[in-house]
Amino acid sequence: MTDKTAGGDVRLSGISKHYGTFTAVHPLDLTIPQGSFFALLGASGCGKTTTLRMIAGLEEPSTGTVHLGDREVTDLPPYKRPVNTVFQSYALFPHLSIFENIAFGLRRRGIKSVKKQVDDMLDLVQLGQFAQRKPHQLSGGQQQRVAVARALINHPQVLLLDEPLGALDLKLRRQMQLELKRIQTEVGITFVHVTHDQEEAMTMADTVAVMNGGRVEQLGAPAELYENPRTTFVANFLGTSNLIEASVESAGPDVVVSASGTTLRLPAARCSTTPRTGGKLLVGVRPEKVSLVPAAEENAIATGRNKITGRIAASSFIGVSTQFVIDSPVCPELEVYVQNIERDGRLVPGAEVVLHWNPEHTFGLDADQDIDAGIETVEESA
Amino acid sequence: MRTPLTWLRRNLVVIAGLTTLAYMILPNVVVTVFSFNNPSGRFNYAWQEFSLDAWKDPCGVADMCGSLGLSLQIALWSTLAATALGTAIAFALVRYRFRARGAVNSLIFLPMAMPEIVMAASLLALFLNMGIQLGFWTILIAHIMFCLSFVVAAVKARVLSMDPRLEEAARDLYAGPVQTFLRVTLPIAAPGIAAGALLSFALSFDDFIITNFNSGNTVTFPMFVWGSAQRGTPVQINVIGTAMFVIAVLVVLAGQTVGNRRKKAQPK
Repeated sequence: MTDKTAGGDVRLSGISKHYGTFTAVHPLDLTIPQGSFFALLGASGCGKTTTLRMIAGLEEPSTGTVHLGDREVTDLPPYKRPVNTVFQSYALFPHLSIFENIAFGLRRRGIKSVKKQVDDMLDLVQLGQFAQRKPHQLSGGQQQRVAVARALINHPQVLLLDEPLGALDLKLRRQMQLELKRIQTEVGITFVHVTHDQEEAMTMADTVAVMNGGRVEQLGAPAELYENPRTTFVANFLGTSNLIEASVESAGPDVVVSASGTTLRLPAARCSTTPRTGGKLLVGVRPEKVSLVPAAEENAIATGRNKITGRIAASSFIGVSTQFVIDSPVCPELEVYVQNIERDGRLVPGAEVVLHWNPEHTFGLDADQDIDAGIETVEESA
Repeated sequence: MRTPLTWLRRNLVVIAGLTTLAYMILPNVVVTVFSFNNPSGRFNYAWQEFSLDAWKDPCGVADMCGSLGLSLQIALWSTLAATALGTAIAFALVRYRFRARGAVNSLIFLPMAMPEIVMAASLLALFLNMGIQLGFWTILIAHIMFCLSFVVAAVKARVLSMDPRLEEAARDLYAGPVQTFLRVTLPIAAPGIAAGALLSFALSFDDFIITNFNSGNTVTFPMFVWGSAQRGTPVQINVIGTAMFVIAVLVVLAGQTVGNRRKKAQPK
């Protein structure tokens, strides 16, 4: 089980899971490269945990196969798979000491002298002096580290993490994100991380798969997903997007669209669908890409930029930036984040303003989908 | 101002606690004290003088130690059987969804709710109609029956509060079904199982009503005490009572000591 040369990618081919008539996971193909930090991101009930449990062997797939490298493990029980899990709420054995919790996997595999390995692992997670304590005597963050140590000591081919940071407070969560990333880089094991926290997924993972309704909506590197969402769900779930309904005036390498009389431009290469003249398109731009000036200074804006006029409906100061909500005929609620470098005293609620941004930073989505997909779920889990 | 009233107010909880404790312990003290009595007549109801006679010869009364041995034997077997069956039932009720689960859940507590004397008479009718010879086996069957509900209640509470993810974690960490049960499920359920077993032993050992109806010619210790109380109570009864009490306390103390040692022990 410690033989790394026998490792390889995790390959899911056509796996799905039904509970009666309910389909938790639709047939899914996924390849997780060896040594990568992979995140399954989605709201609760999207099938991400079920997918993880099928890799662990705790859930039997209704269809499809699971491969680890060249080896098919679909029918292997969990205790025969070279895969270990860090459970949500940790599931530490309450009747065993921290030492015995971490030694559990080694002892079950018949390894007699575990002291050295367990001590090394305790050092890795910086819990050496707690070896003889019971789990309930440790804080949440310490318990979380024990859960990671208990899984990692077995040198699994794949480490599965099921919302491992969900129970921690914000500050500790940030700290543990970096810690987990450090451990992953150090041991080089494939990590598959399930989370509903988009920031957590983007901070830690090399590759993120966004799941929605039992399907993978989009898969890619965090920056790629953020800059080029292909669906409204991804655009709204991963950060915030301003989505504007527009009709296509002229299609070409440079797409010209019109929304309530305002003309906007965007590159055709950044459209997830082929724009057709006379057709509809959802035009999107991230709030931090947009600049804001008082209406009086409209003439100072460089030519060639996309411009929208509006009125500030609300503003909230959050330290590094100020978040504005703009009421515009083009779109009722446009969000703009302005860095607090030099704060302009004229940008107050009620002020007439012009929003402008580089057309290159605009993306286009198929208009034939729910413009608000992914918004509700973010609020729910926040 | 320290008036007697404020003193009373401050110490009310302690006073109430000590009074309750005394209320519970006093009968035991009487049993112990009178085991050192040397009664003048056949009844051990009035203090005469200190004597070790009964302690030197605990089995000096005809048939008493025989009945004691029988009671211990029945208590042991009914505890074992009721604990094994009750634990299995508790796991089944908590872990599995099956037809009539709700009915079983309430029916299992029927022996607890039924007046014991009615249960005793009905059991006798049942045994007689089935033509079963009254004696050791009928007592044992009856005891297992009424101990079961207590074991189920104790174990069920424990299993209900157990996180099913603990067993998943064990399976994930290379423990097969048997290892998972022995290393994780059983140790975590153990306090509930132990509580059920202790309760069973105590209930079976001093049961009188059901036993009296269904014992035939067999005489258990409670029946012996009842019988002798009509003719005179030997001091040895108090000796046995005191010894049982001391053994129970020693068992609890030993359990705690072992538990503490285990906590301190260093793993290899």
